[in-house]
Amino acid sequence: MSASKAAAARENAGAEWSAHCHFVLRLADTSLILAQRLGEWVGHAPAIEEDLGLANISLDLLGQARMLLTHAGELEGRGRGEDELAYLREESQYLNMTLVEQPNGDFGQTMTRQFLVDAWQLELYERLQQSQDARLAEIAAKAVKETRYHLRYSAGWMIRLGDGTEESHGRMQAALERLWPFTNELFAADAVDLEVAEAGIAPAPATLQLAWTERVAAVLVEATLTQPQTTPFPWFGRQGRHSEHLGHILAEMQSLHRAHPGATW
Amino acid sequence: MTDNTRDWPLYEIFIRARSGLDHKHVGSLHATDARMAIEHARDLYTRRQEGVSIWAVRSTDIVASDPAESDALFEPARDKVYRHPTFYDIPDEVKTL
Repeated sequence: MSASKAAAARENAGAEWSAHCHFVLRLADTSLILAQRLGEWVGHAPAIEEDLGLANISLDLLGQARMLLTHAGELEGRGRGEDELAYLREESQYLNMTLVEQPNGDFGQTMTRQFLVDAWQLELYERLQQSQDARLAEIAAKAVKETRYHLRYSAGWMIRLGDGTEESHGRMQAALERLWPFTNELFAADAVDLEVAEAGIAPAPATLQLAWTERVAAVLVEATLTQPQTTPFPWFGRQGRHSEHLGHILAEMQSLHRAHPGATW
Repeated sequence: MTDNTRDWPLYEIFIRARSGLDHKHVGSLHATDARMAIEHARDLYTRRQEGVSIWAVRSTDIVASDPAESDALFEPARDKVYRHPTFYDIPDEVKTL
């Protein structure tokens, strides 16, 4: 298949998704990729207690991703389950927010990424409990409790390290500067977002921004960190256009299933 | 894994398994502060629904008896059997005393 035909095939694969299915896949992929990133810490965290803490959060996110992928598969109506969607889609068909595929960096950078996502997921899941999609509302009701804990955990580290030593403060501020531009994508709406908002399936992304900003700002003040200037640079991970990092994550995550289809233990 | 926890204070963790039961000592962990102690306790000791409440106490805040003093502290109670309420006649109607 030529490159242009391959591109067209990918376009078609995406075009078959309704906005509803598209939206659920975006949520699923964002949780899945963040779970995978956090999993990279297992055995490497600065303390065994943190090792378990990060793994717990990763497993919560993986659980969310599994439910959302299964739901997306049902909405898609092509008989694909969670495994087919997780392991057999290519990079351009992955619809996660670009923020979650960013490298772990040091522990402070991982926590900063986590904190920015947790605060967003909390606002989103709280509202999704009232979704017209009853299954999505159920998933959100479970996820919102997990996410409240994730935010407690990551906000604690923001404050502890931000208001810590000179070195920890410097690293946290640097992580914030590095990751902040990716937060634009959390609140930018495209045709998919507008359609699901219109249908009462999900809130319009921009409606989450004020509450998110207030929640984040309160923690940053306590952490003695300075909120970076918002930059207009856009990212398009949830439209399948990713930073250079996602391909590596997928290669690692999908290789076993692709070599041994249907493998279980 | 590098052991960065050597400088972190040790906390003793107590978990209440169900409402109405006592908090029971389950183990100890390292944490930099009280908030983290509760979070680590939650992640380490309640991940299989073991509890509904957590207490964390700085290990250094626990006053403990000295094992070397065991004889003086505990031996004298050994021959005071009269302190056990075993000399009462239990009425037959009382089943669960």
